[in-house]
Amino acid sequence: MTDHTVLRLNGLSKRFGTVLANDDVSLALHRGEVLALLGENGAGKTTLMNMLFGHYLPDAGTVQVAGPDGVLAPLPLGHPQAALAAGIGMVHQHFTLAENLNALDNITLGSEPLRALRRDRKSARQKIEGIIARSGLSAPLNVPVGRLSVGECQRVEILKALYRDARILVLDEPTAVLTPQEADTLFDNIKAMTRDGLSVIFISHKLREVLAFSDRIAVLRHGRKVGEMATADADEGAIARMMVGADTPKVAREAMAPGAPVLQLQGVTVPGRSPRDTLTDVTMTVHAHEILGIAGISGNGQSALARVISGLAVPQNGTIRVGEEQIARPGPATMVRAGVGRIPEDRHHEGIVGAMSVAENMVIERLDDPSVQARGLLRRGAIRAHAEALARAYDVRGPGVDARARLLSGGNIQKLILARVFEHAPRLILANQPTRGLDMGAAAEVGRRLLQARARGAGVVLISEDLDEVLSLADRILVIRDGQLVDTHSHDRERIGLMMAGEPA
Amino acid sequence: MMDLLNILLSESFWAASLRIATPLIFGVLGALICERAGVLNLGIEGIFVVGAMSGWMAVWLGAGLWGGVLVAALAGAFFGLLHAILTVPLGLSQHVSGLGITLFATSVSYFSYRTALPNVSSPPRIEPFQPLDVPILSDLPFLGPVLFQQTALTWLALLMVALVWYVMNRTALGVAIQAVGDNPDSVDAQGLSVYGLRMGAIVAGSALMALGGAFLTMSAFDAFFFGMVNGRGWVCIALVIFASWRPGKALLGALLFGAFDALQVRLQAEMGALVPGQIFLMVPYILSIIALVLTARSADYPRALLTPWFKGQR
Repeated sequence: MTDHTVLRLNGLSKRFGTVLANDDVSLALHRGEVLALLGENGAGKTTLMNMLFGHYLPDAGTVQVAGPDGVLAPLPLGHPQAALAAGIGMVHQHFTLAENLNALDNITLGSEPLRALRRDRKSARQKIEGIIARSGLSAPLNVPVGRLSVGECQRVEILKALYRDARILVLDEPTAVLTPQEADTLFDNIKAMTRDGLSVIFISHKLREVLAFSDRIAVLRHGRKVGEMATADADEGAIARMMVGADTPKVAREAMAPGAPVLQLQGVTVPGRSPRDTLTDVTMTVHAHEILGIAGISGNGQSALARVISGLAVPQNGTIRVGEEQIARPGPATMVRAGVGRIPEDRHHEGIVGAMSVAENMVIERLDDPSVQARGLLRRGAIRAHAEALARAYDVRGPGVDARARLLSGGNIQKLILARVFEHAPRLILANQPTRGLDMGAAAEVGRRLLQARARGAGVVLISEDLDEVLSLADRILVIRDGQLVDTHSHDRERIGLMMAGEPA
Repeated sequence: MMDLLNILLSESFWAASLRIATPLIFGVLGALICERAGVLNLGIEGIFVVGAMSGWMAVWLGAGLWGGVLVAALAGAFFGLLHAILTVPLGLSQHVSGLGITLFATSVSYFSYRTALPNVSSPPRIEPFQPLDVPILSDLPFLGPVLFQQTALTWLALLMVALVWYVMNRTALGVAIQAVGDNPDSVDAQGLSVYGLRMGAIVAGSALMALGGAFLTMSAFDAFFFGMVNGRGWVCIALVIFASWRPGKALLGALLFGAFDALQVRLQAEMGALVPGQIFLMVPYILSIIALVLTARSADYPRALLTPWFKGQR
């Protein structure tokens, strides 16, 4: 036993084109420790871990890993096989599971020689069951993985790593898809395993879980390590400052009395093939000066609700009112004309037409407007001038308004959509996962714009899987679960988390 | 009606069905392996031609029948490797590359044939595989003529069904091939080579396809003709969907098609005076389309089929 260091990254750097994704990052990990790697989107956390695991070859730097004897030895870089052999297991943010195979096959994949004429499934099963018994991470082994729940898939991913005798486990945003309760259970399991000597690095941008479950925190910003501290000494404000490089102004929300209803759904039912696109007898009202938050675990009818409000789905039963007007024949154009502004969930595919220019995307919802076309011909000069003004006002950065919209970064695509939506002061705004995948700065901008709209007198429906976002922005919070809405009458995170999971609160 | 029943009960009908099905069995198994690994191989039609030409040519040049089979398999593997390089590490469109391979392989085969035999009016013949007369078993009533008077290549095809099934379902290699066709990242994350698995599967699958072609010149006929493959490769592409990418059902599909084809020949003979022969020629294809319509809607495609994967991009 040397100094209990099991992993050392020395000056790792990686450049993608002109972007320096990692710049001289050094880290150490000790035996039995949980190290949280914290940073905004694009800070280089995942790149760093992908270099450790051999998916990327670093431009500079070395990695040392302790063998079973505790002595640090250099790790050959660029080979996942070498990382696995050195006892490093990685659980990727996007599951790397073959859905047509069962958990047993997924777990043993790659651990048996491909030339072998037969497999020893029996001893493999025994070993896995032993790991399950020790770690508490259970999952059905005989069912095709495609039929398992998200939580089960995640446990299979971790079992995969443990089956390969991982002594170092890397988890990339492990809780992104879990309910708060599932996340807590996961971390409890991990804590238990660290007592047996497992060392863990987990990537997150959720401060709360980092503070609750890690022993040490390292913060990355723009590819550089900007801070490292014991969690016990950490201070939430200080970490947030480190992550974004400046103080984030806490969103200022002044109290406001709700005004007249701007959107009323009465008994709306949308039949669907799966819970994802089903709504059952949904009734809700959004008032002027109000942000209504819809919290819920992904795939519980959020997209169906969004499709109804944006006019893409026609309810089988029920009525929709925008302002005073009852919408007799819902459709996208009708809803836009009635004053609904839409920030869609999938901004790359539904929010923009990637092959068209930024300027064209800015007017795409009102091509019949005389300022956009005259006698069926587009007024290109006017469109361009309009786009340049709008890009300045909303800080849309990129290669210019004539460039194809798909060349913009995710944050700038979202700004383009915000510009298009807010320009005409819609009375109702549907914001579906508006900050998903955005970094803190861009997310704060979205929040600020939504609050601005609220102050102006618009109503906002904010659908989000990020409970913290809903809690900080919404005046009222409903939980969507199995296509039904439940009023929470509260801003209590624990209570709402339980309702999202479908447990009696 | 009586006639149909007579046909269906006759030994010769079932023997013919199995004989006609043999090249399709090779072809479907080959396509199945490629697609299980996530790559569509539309080069199959051309690889059939290559197998038919090169196998026959090798025998004609004196390589012996099994030497010819080996040459055909190697020639198929070569064109498979070409498709593999284009579609796996280079990630080109599998449709475009596959059709290109078919055009290329067909033309090269015809060209080689014409170059080797510039001035022949009737194609030279070889001594093809003879039916194996298995003692005792071939004297069994019904089963004897149907099963035990086939050539060695038909037996090889049946053996391949069992072999492919075993490898796919019972070995680590087969599990890895299934995984790479569903989610290449799963294979990469476990330290296996996505490129290696996919390219290996395409090469092996293409070698099998070429055996289907070799059967035509070395067992079904005894010479090479232009246009003799006649769409059999395309039929295999449809049959693999019908088979839901399973070797057992692949055998079933090939036998069904063989039976339809054997049936139409006999119906033509019986009723040719009343109905134009072309109608009967259409029967197996129409029935295949119907079978496909019925099964393809619920088809469970390998999820990563047609999707190229690049190392270091995730």
